[in-house]
Amino acid sequence: MIAAFRIPGAGRLKQAETTRFSFDGRSYAGVEGDTLASALLANGVHLVGRSFKYHRPRGFLSAGAEEPNALVEIKRDAARKTPNVRATVQELYDGLTAQSQNRWPSLAFDVSAVGDIASPLLSAGFYYKTFMWPKSAWKNLYEPKIRAAAGLGVAPDQPDPDHYAARFAHCDVLVLGGGAAGIAAALAAAETGVRVILADEQADFGGSLHFESGAKVDGQDGFAWAQGAVATLKAMDNVRVLSRTTAFGYYAQNFVGLVERVSDHLPNPDRELPRERLWQVRARRVVLATGAIERHMVFADNDRPGIMLASAARTYLNHYGVAVGRNVGVYTANDSAYAAAIDLKKAGVGVAAIVDLRDNPTGPVIDEARALGIEVNFGRAVIRAGGKLRVSSMTVQPKNGGGERTIPVDAILMSAGWTPSVHLFSQSRGKVVFNDETKRFVPGIYAQDCVSVGACNGTDGLSATIDEAYAAGAKAAKDAGANTVKGTKPKVDASESWSRGMLGAAPGAGPDTTVKAFVDFQNDVTAKDIRQAVHEGMRSIEHVKRFTTNGMATDQGKTSNMHGLAIAAETLGKPIPQVGLTTFRAPYTPVTFGSIVGHARGKLFDPTRKTAIHPWAEAQGAVFEDVGQWKRAWYFPKPGEDMHAAVDRECVTVRKTAGLFDASTLGKIEVVGPDAAKFMELLYTNPWEKLEPGRCRYGIMLREDGFIYDDGVVGRLAPDRFHVTTTTGGAPRVMNHMEDYLQTEFPHLNVWLTSITEQWAVIAVQGPKSREIIAPLVEGIDMSDEALPHMSVREGRICGVPARLFRMSFTGERGFEVNVPADYGEAVWEALWAEGQKHGACAYGTEAMHVLRAEKGYIIVGQDTDGTVTPGDAGLDWAVGKKKTDFVGIRGMARPDLVAKGRKQLVGLKTKDPKVVLEEGAQIVGDPKQAIPMTMIGHVTSSYWSENCGRSIALALVAGGRDRMGETLYVPMPNGTIEVEVTGMVFFDEKGERLNG
Amino acid sequence: MLLIRCPYCEEERPELEFRNAGEAHIARSPNIAGESDDDFEKFFFIRSNPKGIIYERWRHMHGCARFFNAVRDTVSDRFLMTYKAGEPKPTKLPGAAK
Ligand SMILES: [Zn+2]
Repeated sequence: MIAAFRIPGAGRLKQAETTRFSFDGRSYAGVEGDTLASALLANGVHLVGRSFKYHRPRGFLSAGAEEPNALVEIKRDAARKTPNVRATVQELYDGLTAQSQNRWPSLAFDVSAVGDIASPLLSAGFYYKTFMWPKSAWKNLYEPKIRAAAGLGVAPDQPDPDHYAARFAHCDVLVLGGGAAGIAAALAAAETGVRVILADEQADFGGSLHFESGAKVDGQDGFAWAQGAVATLKAMDNVRVLSRTTAFGYYAQNFVGLVERVSDHLPNPDRELPRERLWQVRARRVVLATGAIERHMVFADNDRPGIMLASAARTYLNHYGVAVGRNVGVYTANDSAYAAAIDLKKAGVGVAAIVDLRDNPTGPVIDEARALGIEVNFGRAVIRAGGKLRVSSMTVQPKNGGGERTIPVDAILMSAGWTPSVHLFSQSRGKVVFNDETKRFVPGIYAQDCVSVGACNGTDGLSATIDEAYAAGAKAAKDAGANTVKGTKPKVDASESWSRGMLGAAPGAGPDTTVKAFVDFQNDVTAKDIRQAVHEGMRSIEHVKRFTTNGMATDQGKTSNMHGLAIAAETLGKPIPQVGLTTFRAPYTPVTFGSIVGHARGKLFDPTRKTAIHPWAEAQGAVFEDVGQWKRAWYFPKPGEDMHAAVDRECVTVRKTAGLFDASTLGKIEVVGPDAAKFMELLYTNPWEKLEPGRCRYGIMLREDGFIYDDGVVGRLAPDRFHVTTTTGGAPRVMNHMEDYLQTEFPHLNVWLTSITEQWAVIAVQGPKSREIIAPLVEGIDMSDEALPHMSVREGRICGVPARLFRMSFTGERGFEVNVPADYGEAVWEALWAEGQKHGACAYGTEAMHVLRAEKGYIIVGQDTDGTVTPGDAGLDWAVGKKKTDFVGIRGMARPDLVAKGRKQLVGLKTKDPKVVLEEGAQIVGDPKQAIPMTMIGHVTSSYWSENCGRSIALALVAGGRDRMGETLYVPMPNGTIEVEVTGMVFFDEKGERLNG
Repeated sequence: MLLIRCPYCEEERPELEFRNAGEAHIARSPNIAGESDDDFEKFFFIRSNPKGIIYERWRHMHGCARFFNAVRDTVSDRFLMTYKAGEPKPTKLPGAAK
């Protein structure tokens, strides 16, 4: 049993039907090596989709990557559903399940096809015109309707279960495209011994040799020669051959992105295999051998299923052994379609007539067609196709008018000529030039180290192509450093040659007509739409493109761009180069998100940083929050406690007895060297020269603009050594900022900077019992208030481990921060915890830390400041060295606007109702009765319930805030306005007595 | 992805290892506190944004971590040369004549 349209003996596939597949629920048989398209055509199926805008029935236009119509959904299982797969490139596998898209209820009867009847409403620019008003209708009406009615496939609704690999590669010569040109270039380069990568998007190499039955190289059929040559290349150690691999993007300095489809063609892929592999290749030289794409003829109803490119019909016959009809018509402006007619006729397919727009073409293919008894008509046009779900006839008329004649056909093969595939060249920022004689854009000025060969360079004929490609491959290798080794250039024994063809609308679809002659099939753009865009004032091709959406579908106008341009140029009355070609952008064909994302998903999306004490906190049932890449213990709930209860308990316990806090995430930088103090003077607002070793100081770092950049406590360990702490989130940028100044502005300073964030675990022990908890574990440090006063630092041992012990406080309580090498962090924490338990201490998390510091009015840079707050605004003028003549930010701070009156200043806020907790970010107004929009005078930066104060507390930036003490302000919220009183920033222990309590 | 030659490592490395750090050869005055508003404006806010040759700072962040200077053509993204921080602005550029 063989499918109805499979021609015995034709093509290259073994015609045993071993492969079952289904399309729209119907089961079919195919053969090994088929694409979904060839297998459907073998079964006589042409109707495979509905168009985007008008829901017109559509079939296969092409046999390759340029396909605009035949987009289907391939479903392996519930999660493995891929929409918008081009059936012409999907290799068949046993059990493949495909479904048509964009039709309801069925492919043959689609109610939305009324869009076709109502099409005057959907003309060019309809998106812009129809849906302008009212604005709200966009959200509620137009967008959902458009999405539902005019759509491509449906995105999968489950996470992608497949995995994707990524590789970087380097080579001397990267050859993109594995047709005759690419193979010849790769052979020439490979023979010199340089590293070569040859990539082609198809399963088999050969490019147009798939269908060119007239090509003979080295005494063999062209396709067979290609397979042999690729086998030779594969056997070479210096060559990597990648099939099913599309070069989708050409980036700076010969960096090319390619996607290799590893398992989409396999019936039951090994789940160990990636679905796709992203190759990022850096090549010394690139050879572009990307071929050319055939154009369709633009005539009325040229989109009926069964109407396709002549080269596609030839590919289906000569490679897949499939006839695309029984009685085909041919419509052409170019010789290449004759070859299709001849091949089909020889295979026993009826050829009703060749209609050639040209007046008196001559040549061997024309003679051969006639000799085979095919009717050939010159100077005539197909002005209309008949049929709906399948083409049934073509109506022919002399191109200058006259009597019509309708010829019954079941397929029309068309060719308007060939468009060089300059996509990658254009992406490389090369400039194309228009060849007026051949009406083609071809590579002109190169921007990178690459060369175009063969059809993509406008080179016609196999002999010329192989000569050019072989020489270019050898030169690329030489330019990449090869010593020339003489190889043997493939010898072309027979080849086909094609003439030029035409651009734009054919007769019968001219300016005076209203027919639907499609230019862009995927976006349903007709010749009339392009003209209308020009009539409505679009002048540049970029405007025409956007107005009509010509070339903006996922096929990126591979078949439509040149026709669209020619029609626009004709309508404008300008030559084509003056109207210009739109820019080609990556990707050449659609690329999955999976291949770009690769392994960077889920847990591997971003590194997770955990402190040495993390396992302990986890075991205690801590709830964590993300702070940058860090996981930080947020609070430690006891059984039955919610967050609020846990935080209240932690806050009260710290002030009553003590608490332990993991402060390891704080950034830490060691500033060391003879000029360390000088450097600190320049990077921080504070004075450092006179800070004695063993003492600490709260430092503020500004940017050159005078705004607060970071803050932290700095301990001077020795005259030449500072232990600097930064905010958790600020550590990397502070390090960068310091390095920048040290390397480029103050290189005369003898200083080394070392990040020590990861090296030291930091355990804060805060509260009245903190000294009692730590003291038993400490060796070599006198912990009396006299020897170790607030804001001092000592080196010694704790639990026998080297330690830097800071006496400092971010809670307002007597406090210490124990720094130990990170490897000992958990053990020291456990020991401190055991001591703490004797006193009733708790572990507290970042939320309690925030509340405790807010009770004391200690700011958090990045929360209470936002990059526009000066030390003065934050009430930190005391930390700016008044006698200093230079530090980063000294001049910025003095800018007129930064010293002007009425700047927003940090103040405290107390709600009139102590139970009400303000929302952080809430806006503040002076008069709640003013008209909307109100004048906002500030906003809340920090706000908490303070169990220790028995009320809510808040910090806020308020214009002229410090002059408003005691004033009542208002915070308008959706549920009513909240009255607040402006206060100082310290809510608890205003005198600071507890630091030594 | 660009290839950038680090003048300290003396080799071309992929852009992933580097971070751009803004325009080069903008000197911070040793007497910055005494600068006029106009001079400070020029120093801090005003940057050239040329179509063509730009002198800019880069840092070999994930390599030697050094800051250096580069001359790049903003049209082609081509690096004409890189040189160490502190070296004078080059007067002759290789391959600039095009
Ligand atoms: Zn370096």
